[in-house]
Amino acid sequence: MAELTNQAVLERLTQKFGEQTFTDIGEPYGLLTVTTTREQIIPILEFLHADEFLQMNFLTTMCGIHYPSSKDQELGMIYHVHSLVHNVRLRIKIFFPIADPVVPTATKLYATANWMEREAFDFYGIKFEGHPNLIRILNVEDMDYHPMLKHYPLEDGTREDKVDLFFGR
Amino acid sequence: MAEIKKAEEVKHPINQVHGSLQTADEFNNELTTLNLGPTHPATHGIFQNILQMDGEKIVSGVPTIGYIHRAYEKICERRPFYQITPLTDRMNYCSAPINNIGWWLTVEKLLGVKTPKRADYIRVIAMELARITDHLICNSILGVDTGAFTGFLYVFQEREKVYEIYEEICGSRLTTNMGRIGGMERDLSPIAIEKLRKWLDEFPKVWAEFEKMFNRNRIFMDRTQNVGGITAERALNYGFTGPNLRAAGVDYDVRVMNPYSSYEDFEFEIPVGTKGDTYDRFMVRNEEVWQSLRIIKQALENLPEGPYHADAPEYYLPPKQAVYRNMEALIYHFKIVMGEIDAPVGEVYQSVEGGNGELGFYLVSDGGRTPYRMHFRRPCFIYYQAYPEMVIGTQLSDAIVILSSMNVIAGELDA
Repeated sequence: MAELTNQAVLERLTQKFGEQTFTDIGEPYGLLTVTTTREQIIPILEFLHADEFLQMNFLTTMCGIHYPSSKDQELGMIYHVHSLVHNVRLRIKIFFPIADPVVPTATKLYATANWMEREAFDFYGIKFEGHPNLIRILNVEDMDYHPMLKHYPLEDGTREDKVDLFFGR
Repeated sequence: MAEIKKAEEVKHPINQVHGSLQTADEFNNELTTLNLGPTHPATHGIFQNILQMDGEKIVSGVPTIGYIHRAYEKICERRPFYQITPLTDRMNYCSAPINNIGWWLTVEKLLGVKTPKRADYIRVIAMELARITDHLICNSILGVDTGAFTGFLYVFQEREKVYEIYEEICGSRLTTNMGRIGGMERDLSPIAIEKLRKWLDEFPKVWAEFEKMFNRNRIFMDRTQNVGGITAERALNYGFTGPNLRAAGVDYDVRVMNPYSSYEDFEFEIPVGTKGDTYDRFMVRNEEVWQSLRIIKQALENLPEGPYHADAPEYYLPPKQAVYRNMEALIYHFKIVMGEIDAPVGEVYQSVEGGNGELGFYLVSDGGRTPYRMHFRRPCFIYYQAYPEMVIGTQLSDAIVILSSMNVIAGELDA
């Protein structure tokens, strides 16, 4: 079997979904990274799962991310899928506004997405549409905020013994 | 591997030992709710499972996790790279060196630091020792849960000796904080090599006796065979990695697929099981211990000469003598200790074969001194989801055995 290159993966994806679907294409440290929209993410994952050529049917991990400064694209989800047959990984990112943090769920495709999505909900408040049991997983249920968002500082801002006059942190 | 079903197409499989699932009906409609945990002596960690029991059989299970959640991903966003290793220690504390070195590999990949061969080999020795202790704990605890306490006490002496070797390598035992950016903090000392050789001499006998005690033991086989089995297809859908996936028959091992730290130099085999049940998981781990011993022997025999760390003064602490005499060394020392080293902008995914699966580090750097976003792919967080599916239809005692055979480590689960 010929070795599957990142170029071939990208060609296959653009052939199926069109070039305008993928933006910000890059290969940081050799791992093909594409950005797409939340409308497209599930069809793309389903295609990667079912495609006999790519066989990307292993969801390695997914996690949320928060960029407060990018307008209407504040929140993101990052999916890492892996083709165990070809040993090629693919990173797919989606970004969406924090005011409307709704993403379709991947649990119908991957059983493993269940807790990963609950974790992203717990940390970032991302709501996964169609998730069977979207409740907090690591934090207590009665917590009323999503702690990984950047506007929650890690340490208590009122503490004076931690003021760093030299480095401004 | 061509035909892998989607999650929604699969119904809960029928358990092979206990027959089809018996649910409550109008004649027998009383289910008992059983709180297994959070602090149950048989769960080896803080896990809660609310089980619905129909008589002796488990009808459903709901795991609750997060009892020792310490918000590591949030803490990482404020800590310079050197201060994140102690956090990784406390994830899978049964094999801390693997976590430490996995973290260094991630940082080195981001910074573009290339480690010398000697450092790689020392790291391989440390990681394989960690894998052995991890498997040793898991398998001997599995023995305890099936009623055999002797094996556990017997092999735990050997873990103690491994910890003494860790002490010689890095100075500490359980939470090792081992290695630095670009290599190790000190060379493998003659005493460490001596202890390692002595241990390599003695341990195989102990492990052979341990295997003799369990592998063909009728009671142990009855308790573990066909208990908590999972098919390769379901295991992949659940994101299983490590010995649990290999027990189901998929030969995925990060050390071979994406070699790191010079693993390509060593010759070893990947044991695989067929049924993915508790017995297979136990046997895969047993065999992996032998393979790890093989790797350690090869690494020790072919230990290359040369430096034990990369020549990366910006990231690697200078020797203390140089700090007192040399201005440059003093500056670097200060910058590194204060965490003033800026990382390049970029994002890295690096994974290592942890004691219980693919341990991934996803690091997003915005060019600052700390990660912008740090995500740990903790293998047991991902595969513990399958626990309810694996225990349905079994009995309570089987549920305990399945849990301990999955090697779920509370620290890693909750991060």
